Amino acid sequence: MADPMKIRATMSGDKVEVKVLMSHEMETGQRKDAKGATIPAWFIQNVTATCNGKTVLSAEWGPAVAKNPYMSFKFAGGKPGDKVAVTWVDNKGDKRTDEATIS
Amino acid sequence: MARNFGLMAAAVCALAFAAHAQQDKSVIDEIEKYRAALGDGNPAELWEARGEDLWKQARGPKKASLEKCDIGLGPGVVKGAYTVLPKYFGDTDKVEDLESRLVTCMVTLQGFTREEVVKDPFGGPGKKSDLEALVAYITGSSRGMKMNVAGTHPKEREAYEIGQKIFFHRGGPHDFACSTCHGDDNLRIRLQDLPNLSKVADAQRAYTTWPAYRVSQGELRSFQWRLYDCFRQQRFPELVYTSPASIALTMYLAKSANGGTYNAPAIKR
Ligand code: HEC
Repeated sequence: MADPMKIRATMSGDKVEVKVLMSHEMETGQRKDAKGATIPAWFIQNVTATCNGKTVLSAEWGPAVAKNPYMSFKFAGGKPGDKVAVTWVDNKGDKRTDEATIS
Repeated sequence: MARNFGLMAAAVCALAFAAHAQQDKSVIDEIEKYRAALGDGNPAELWEARGEDLWKQARGPKKASLEKCDIGLGPGVVKGAYTVLPKYFGDTDKVEDLESRLVTCMVTLQGFTREEVVKDPFGGPGKKSDLEALVAYITGSSRGMKMNVAGTHPKEREAYEIGQKIFFHRGGPHDFACSTCHGDDNLRIRLQDLPNLSKVADAQRAYTTWPAYRVSQGELRSFQWRLYDCFRQQRFPELVYTSPASIALTMYLAKSANGGTYNAPAIKR
């Protein structure tokens, strides 16, 4: 099971600023291990963020994103107390959802 | 003869360092900008969160959490504890750093064997280190506080003196000491500035920014790892995890950093 994300969601003027840290290997599929065997690709493919259930961000990722990714974005229409949920799904079908309250 | 070669190698290296130090200061400024950009969203927080969980979870044969562990300021006190380490502990009659103290508590409170606990001191491909996570959580709880290592108990004084001796002790195939790379101002290897750890300001800056998330490794690294890797760079025999030598060196460096404001887990290239 993947480790939890760290999510911070704060008001920044009239927008909500969301900062997310994800725990993931983000293996490119290009690297070889000590024995010379290719390490299979393993990376986050889809990221979505919702605010009180409504999608505010939807992204497709590839193997070029670094290990333990950090993502930051802003959206309009949120207010303190609203719930921001972030979900990622990787190319093995593993997924994780975590939530934060806007402050 | 062999010794002469060692001295020659050291002399050649010293020259190479000096030449690098002449390079444009702006490179260093640019690296500082890179570090600042990475500082927002430091993945070390993922380790801190996992470590807090590990600290509070009932684990091991005795199904106990670590919340009764005395890491320097009394049982269960996490906040500020890292600023007083290494420190003499009466129950083990030893000077211990954070990592050796965690091992002690995982053995005595949780009932793990020492071998189980120190099996993976450092994380790597496909394996996570519980110790590095615990270290991240505990050190993070001292952020913003001043380093305040006592070093007054006779065994603490002894550890400090041994650490200082090791720091200046030359040996190995290149006749290097820690001080060869960390005993002068403005030394650099490739793009890495080498702190002059015999000076207070540099010792403070270095010590108060470990542990750190190493971007190049995608891992959070503890201070024991830092020393382990510098032993390797020095071409010394492998430093044994939480060995008396490693704790003595930590004592020397931590005490030299007294008065500095602790600011880790940090992020490094
Ligand atoms: C061959 C040169 C060399 C020797 C010898 C050496 N180190 Fe280092 N040390 C380095 C380099 C290079 C770095 C920076 C690594 C980096 O940034 O990737 C470093 C980093 C450090 C740091 C962290 C500094 C910071 O600001 O992050 C500490 C502390 C340290 N060394 C302690 C020691 C100790 C103690 C010894 C003796 C056991 C030692 N080093 C021996 C090359 C050396």
